[in-house]
Amino acid sequence: MQSVHIVSAYDEELKYLSKRIAAMGGHAERMVEQAIAALVNADPGLAQKVIRDDLVLDEGQREIDDKAIVIIAKRQPMATDLREIVGAIRISADLERVGDLGKNVAKRVVSVIEGRQPTSLFRGLEALADLALTQLKEVLDVYASRSVEKIGFVRDRDDQIDAMYTSLFRELLTYMMEDPRNITPCTHLLFCAKNIERIGDHATNIAETIYYIVTGDQMPAERPKGDKTDKVVLPATLPVK
Amino acid sequence: MAEMGAEQQGAAQAIAIRLWNSRWLLAAGIVAVLAVYWFAGMSGYVVLLACAVLLAAAMLQTDAARQSAESAAAIEAGGLQRLSGEYLAAAVADPLIIFDRTAVIVHANAAAFAAFGGIAPGLSLSLKFRAPEMQTLLDSILSGDVASDVVDYTEKLPVERAYRVSASSVGHGTDLYVLVFKDQSEARRIDRMRADFIANASHELRTPLASISGFIETLRGPARSDPAAREQFLQIMQNQTGRMARLIDDLLSLSRLEMKPYLKPGTEVDLRQTLGSVIDSLGPLARENGVAIERDFAEGSLDVPGDRDELFQVFENLLENACKYGQSGGRVVVSIARSDVPEPGIDVTIRDYGPGIAEEHIPRITERFYRVDVENSRTQKGTGLGLSIVKHILTRHNARLSIKSEVGKGAAFSVHLPTR
Repeated sequence: MQSVHIVSAYDEELKYLSKRIAAMGGHAERMVEQAIAALVNADPGLAQKVIRDDLVLDEGQREIDDKAIVIIAKRQPMATDLREIVGAIRISADLERVGDLGKNVAKRVVSVIEGRQPTSLFRGLEALADLALTQLKEVLDVYASRSVEKIGFVRDRDDQIDAMYTSLFRELLTYMMEDPRNITPCTHLLFCAKNIERIGDHATNIAETIYYIVTGDQMPAERPKGDKTDKVVLPATLPVK
Repeated sequence: MAEMGAEQQGAAQAIAIRLWNSRWLLAAGIVAVLAVYWFAGMSGYVVLLACAVLLAAAMLQTDAARQSAESAAAIEAGGLQRLSGEYLAAAVADPLIIFDRTAVIVHANAAAFAAFGGIAPGLSLSLKFRAPEMQTLLDSILSGDVASDVVDYTEKLPVERAYRVSASSVGHGTDLYVLVFKDQSEARRIDRMRADFIANASHELRTPLASISGFIETLRGPARSDPAAREQFLQIMQNQTGRMARLIDDLLSLSRLEMKPYLKPGTEVDLRQTLGSVIDSLGPLARENGVAIERDFAEGSLDVPGDRDELFQVFENLLENACKYGQSGGRVVVSIARSDVPEPGIDVTIRDYGPGIAEEHIPRITERFYRVDVENSRTQKGTGLGLSIVKHILTRHNARLSIKSEVGKGAAFSVHLPTR
């Protein structure tokens, strides 16, 4: 993975950083997974647990920041090592945001489940979350294996997430227009969908950071934007079914 | 008598071997006795006696010889010690990973490669298994607080799997540790399947059931003596029961797939032949809908690893959809081509020239019971499960389904099957 330093404690410190990143990643993945499960299964208890778990990620980010600063001060790192350390700071910030977004989904569980919603409302959200979580998992797997050649997939999937989000947006708007009583839960679900879409974006950010750590180059900048919700307009009255 | 003879012969041989083994010592002893005889002038009898004693001593089995014989026997019995750990790991059917005290993988058996993919010696375990419970397990084992520990570990994506993972140290002071994954997915999946089945089936079966019971009520009441209405209602009821039957078939087939999310490795499927028979089997449907099926197959071998029956179902579902929903286009093109993006494999594309699918529906049409147009789907006898079955099977094959469509220009469903 990386060349060995004369001071083995230095290697230990770098390894510790990446181990902490992986642990944070695992936590973030679990939080998002459980937040969605809490939403779909109407489980406020699980949602509370997710909200509490966010502390672990905040703690993790602070620890990585501290460690990274200490390493930079003590070892004067260069090249790959410096990228590795700066990358760790950036990835941990992204993961902490992922945790926040998961927590936000969990916070909305209580408002959404008040009136029991049809399962079809959640099916789309679940599929969106599956895409975002797959994205996150693949990115973190690349962080472990450092096989950047696989990173092309990530952008590919980001497009799928955006397309799915646009479709979900449209669907939720339709439900709101059908029946004003749907407006409260659907608005919350819209925010949940937006949060999940943002998780995909953070995963893409992490992928770019990993690419930078490993190759030293920035990832090529073509990023087609598939989120077309800014253009979604529904007719004021729905056609009669 | 013969046995006795053989035994005596064996004993004589053993004595001869012992004599031969100690020949130098014996010779030196005899030379020494003779030397003493020459210089000290002993009597000839004493010399003969001394030589006899030396010979007798050489014939006795020595301790050293006995020990070496015993150790040879021990090696023969304890062949296990010579067995390489690698072979032993390969013989274990469950995923097994051996790692060192920095949590770096030393060896992973074939089952582990198949289950987790992308694990290679030198990879750090704590980077690969990031779930909080796995982190705790690794930490507690590596810190030496406990000699062995067990946790339940679930992986949700890409397919849901549950394992009972046990970690323990290997031998004494080897600094090696082992993780063994016991697959519990099946039990978990049965539970989920039951919940899913109840949720989906109750909802989807209730609609036709409600209409049937409504018609029965009408038939017993107002329409009791109206033969024309009776005939019409019975026809509708028959259609509804047919729909329920198809729905149950599809649900069962989906559940069966969810029960076994892995594919047995090692079988190859000839896509040319498989697609040929799919096209033949759907010939009558295509003729009925007035659709011509065209083939555009690449040359050479078109084999991919996979399960023939499952891939048959995939292409059957896709082609059936193309014939039904792309009916207005009048033709459907089935093509097979080699492709190297994103990985070496074969692309099978089924293209129709019908009304196409609006962009907002494309990401979602593989969801269960998602229908682009409810009315059209019902008249075409769709259950809302066809594409979910397709997606499930393709996930198991590590294959990708991509859908390209534009309203008014038809739709292309393309399956990328990796060749390795």
